[in-house]
Amino acid sequence: MKKTLLTVAGLFAATTAFADGHANTLTVYAPDYFGSEWGPGPSIEAAFEEQCGCDLVYQTGDVLPRLLLEGENTEADVVIGLNTDVTKRARESGLMAPHGVDLSALTLPIDWDDDTFVPFNYSHTAFIYDNTKLDGFDSFEALLNAPDDVRVVIQDPRSSISGLALVLWVQAVYGDEAEAAWARLAPKIVTVTQGWSESYGLFTDGEADVVLSYTTSPAYHIIAEEDLTKSAAIFDEGHYFFVELAAKVEGTDNADLADQFMAFILTPEFQNLIPTTNWSFPAALPEADWPEGFQTLPRPETVLFYSEDEAAALRDTAIDAWRTALSQ
Amino acid sequence: MAHRLVSIIPALIVAGLVIGPVAAVLWRGGGFTALSDADADAVAFTVWQAFWSALISVVLAVPVARALARRQFPGRGALIAVMGAPFILPVIVAVLGLVAVFGGRGVINAVLGPLGLPRLDIYGAHGVILAHVFFNLPLAVRLILQGWLSIPSERFQVAASLGAPLFWLLEWPMLKRIVPGAFAVIFVICLGSFAVALTLGGGPRATTVELAIYQAFKFDFDLGKAASLAVVQLALGLCAGLVALLLARGDMLGAGLDRVVQRWDGSRVLDAVWIGLAALFLLAPLGALVVAGVPGLALLPEGIWAATGRSVMIALGAVVLTMALALPLATKAGEAASLLGISVSGLVLGTGIFLIVQPYVRPASVALPVTLLVNVLMSLPFVLRILRTGVDGAKADYGRLGASLGLRGWALWRIAYLPRLRRPMGFSAGLTGALAMGDLGVITLFSRPGQGTLPLAMYELMGRYQMDAAYGAALVLVGTSLALFWVFDRGGRVNADV
Repeated sequence: MKKTLLTVAGLFAATTAFADGHANTLTVYAPDYFGSEWGPGPSIEAAFEEQCGCDLVYQTGDVLPRLLLEGENTEADVVIGLNTDVTKRARESGLMAPHGVDLSALTLPIDWDDDTFVPFNYSHTAFIYDNTKLDGFDSFEALLNAPDDVRVVIQDPRSSISGLALVLWVQAVYGDEAEAAWARLAPKIVTVTQGWSESYGLFTDGEADVVLSYTTSPAYHIIAEEDLTKSAAIFDEGHYFFVELAAKVEGTDNADLADQFMAFILTPEFQNLIPTTNWSFPAALPEADWPEGFQTLPRPETVLFYSEDEAAALRDTAIDAWRTALSQ
Repeated sequence: MAHRLVSIIPALIVAGLVIGPVAAVLWRGGGFTALSDADADAVAFTVWQAFWSALISVVLAVPVARALARRQFPGRGALIAVMGAPFILPVIVAVLGLVAVFGGRGVINAVLGPLGLPRLDIYGAHGVILAHVFFNLPLAVRLILQGWLSIPSERFQVAASLGAPLFWLLEWPMLKRIVPGAFAVIFVICLGSFAVALTLGGGPRATTVELAIYQAFKFDFDLGKAASLAVVQLALGLCAGLVALLLARGDMLGAGLDRVVQRWDGSRVLDAVWIGLAALFLLAPLGALVVAGVPGLALLPEGIWAATGRSVMIALGAVVLTMALALPLATKAGEAASLLGISVSGLVLGTGIFLIVQPYVRPASVALPVTLLVNVLMSLPFVLRILRTGVDGAKADYGRLGASLGLRGWALWRIAYLPRLRRPMGFSAGLTGALAMGDLGVITLFSRPGQGTLPLAMYELMGRYQMDAAYGAALVLVGTSLALFWVFDRGGRVNADV
C-alpha cells in the first residue's frame, strides 16, 4: 500500500514539476541498467534527494541517441552512463556544459582532466572463465594459442559498447596485425551476440567456456552469490580501460541542481554505492574503502586506453579487421 | 459508397502511421544516404534467409496441419495452444532455449557425443533458419489448419460417397488459397530479424538489414541511413505482399453447416509421427526454459508484478484496438497496407513517432500509448491473414443471401458474418494479446522507471547479472502470454465443435 502511495505521489510530483517548468526536479537521462529499480539508480536517487531537498527523476533508455534526437529541446539536466567511445559525438553536439567539478579526488588508473565528462566508475574489458574447468590465460597470445575447442563468446562491435571496446583492445595490442589476431581467435568464437546480456547468458548456461565481459564481473559472483568459480583472465599485454561518465546538459533550466549533482558524483556517499550496485570499481574512492570482494580482485598492471579522438579515428579500422577476419 | 470508406479510411490510417514516422526520420536525417557494399550484402543475406525460413516453415506446416485437422485425440486443443508458444516468445529467451537443446553443450550433442556420432553445430546460416522455423512453424500450422477447418465437412462426405480424390478436389484448392499468404507473412517477419540472426548466425556473415539500422541509429546516429534502410525494408515487404496476393487464388468451397469433419482417410501412423515430431521440436526448448525458470521464480523482485500488470493492460488495449481496425481492413488492399507495419523496423517507427510527438508532449508521458500503437501495427498483418479467410468465406457464402433478405451494413455483419468469424477472431485476438505481452518494442526510447513492461524488466535483470531471476521473469512472461492466448482462443471456440 505504501508503495502504491509512493508511486502515485511520484507520478503526481513528476506531472506538477512539468507544469511549473521543472522547478525543483532534476531530470537525469540514464541507461536502462542504471536507472531500473534493480540498478544503482534508486539508492543514488535516495541519497541525493536527502541532501538536495529536490526530486531526482530518471528517464531511462538510449541516452545519447535520445539526447541527439531532442537537441536543445531536451528535458535532461544531467546525462549519466556514457563512455569514451561515444563521447566525441556528444561533445561535438554542443549540448554539453563544462562540469566545474574538482577532479582531485579521482582514483582512476589513468590521468583524467576532461572539463566536460566526470567519470563515476570504471572497469576493464576482460575474458571471464570458470576456474574449475580452465586454467585461464596469462596473455592475449595464450588465448589466441589455446586449442580451438575452447568456446568463446563475444559481442558485436556494431551493436554493443563492450563489443566495440574489445575491437579497440585488439587494435591496441596488435595494431596492424589485428586482422591476423582475429583470424587466430575466429575458430574459438562460438558466436557473436547483439549485447552483453546474451553473451553472459550463454556463458552462465554452460554453452561457452569464455565470455567477453569486465574485470569486475567476478565480484558479482563472489559477493552476491558467494561463488568463487568465475575469474577474469589477466593479460600481460594489458587491458582496455572502460570508464562510465556523466555530464551536465548545456540547456538545463536547473543549473544549480545539476551542478550539485555533478559534485555529488565524486563524494564518498555516491562512490560507496557503486561497487555492489553497478559492479564496477568506484572512480573516486581509496582502495581501502572498497568492499572486500573488490579489493581482492586481480587487476591488470597495464591499462590500455584510447582518448575519444583516437577511438573515433580507429573505430572503423578496428571493426573492419574484425569483420574481415570473422567473415572468412 | 459509405461501406467502401469504412475500409479505405482505416487502410489510409495504417499506411500513414507507418509511412509518417519513416518520413519524419528521413526528414530529420537530411534525406537518403547511399548504401555501402556492406549494406548491400546485408540486404542480400536478409532476403535469402527470410525466403528459406518462410519456405521451410510452410512446407513443414502442411503435413502437420493436415494431421491435426483429421485426427481427434484427448488434449489436442491444449497441444495446439501450447505449440503456438514459440511464436510469442521474446527472442532472447527462445534463443537460449534453442541453444539448450541444439547448442554445443545442448541435449542433442549430449546424446550424439557418447554414441560417437558427429557433433551438431547450430551456429551459422542454418542455425538462423532453424530458429526462424521454430518461431514461425506454429503460425504457419495454425493458418493452414484454419484453412483445413474451413472446408465444410459436407464436402468431404459428398466427395467420399462419389469416390473422388479428396486432395485434388478439396485440399489442393484450399492450400493454393492459403499458403502464399502464410509464406508472405512469415517472409516479412523474417526480414526484420536481428538478434536471432546475430546470435545463431555465428558472426558478421549473418548481418541483417535490421542490424545495419541499429548500428546507424545507436552508434553513428546516421538517421538518413536508418531511414534509407527502412525504405528498403518497406519495398521488400510490399513486394512480398503483392506477390502473395496475386498468387493467392483458389476457389472458395461454398457454405456448410459448420460441423466437425469426421475423417477416415490417410495413415494414422504417419499423422502421429508428424504431430509428434512437431511437438518435440517446438516443446523441447520450452521445456528447457521451464527447467531454467522455476528456480528463478523465488528470486523475482517485487516490481516484476507491476510490470506484468502494465504488460497485460497493453495487451488488452492492443486486442481491442487491433480488432476494431482489423474488421474493416479485412480486404485485399487492407492486408497489403498492413504488411507495411511489420516490414519496417520497429526502431525506425519508434524514432519517427518520437520525432513527431516530441514538440507537443513529453515522450515519457506517452510511452505506453506509443507502445500500444506500435503493437497494433505489428499485429495487424497476422490478424488480417487469419480473419480474411473467414471474412471472404462468409461474404461469398452469405453475402447474397443477406442482400436478398435486405440485410446491409452492421446488421449483415452482426447476423450473418460475425457468428462465422468467432473462431478466427478468437485466435487472432489471442495472438495479438500474446504478441503485445512479449514485445520489447519501442519502450526503450520512451520509458522511465516505473513504466517498464515485463519484457523490459526481464532484459534489465539480465543486464544486472541476474540471469536466474531473468529466466523466472521469462517464465512469468510466457505463462501470462499463453494464458491470454488461451482465454481469447478458447472464447472463440466456445460452443463450436472444434
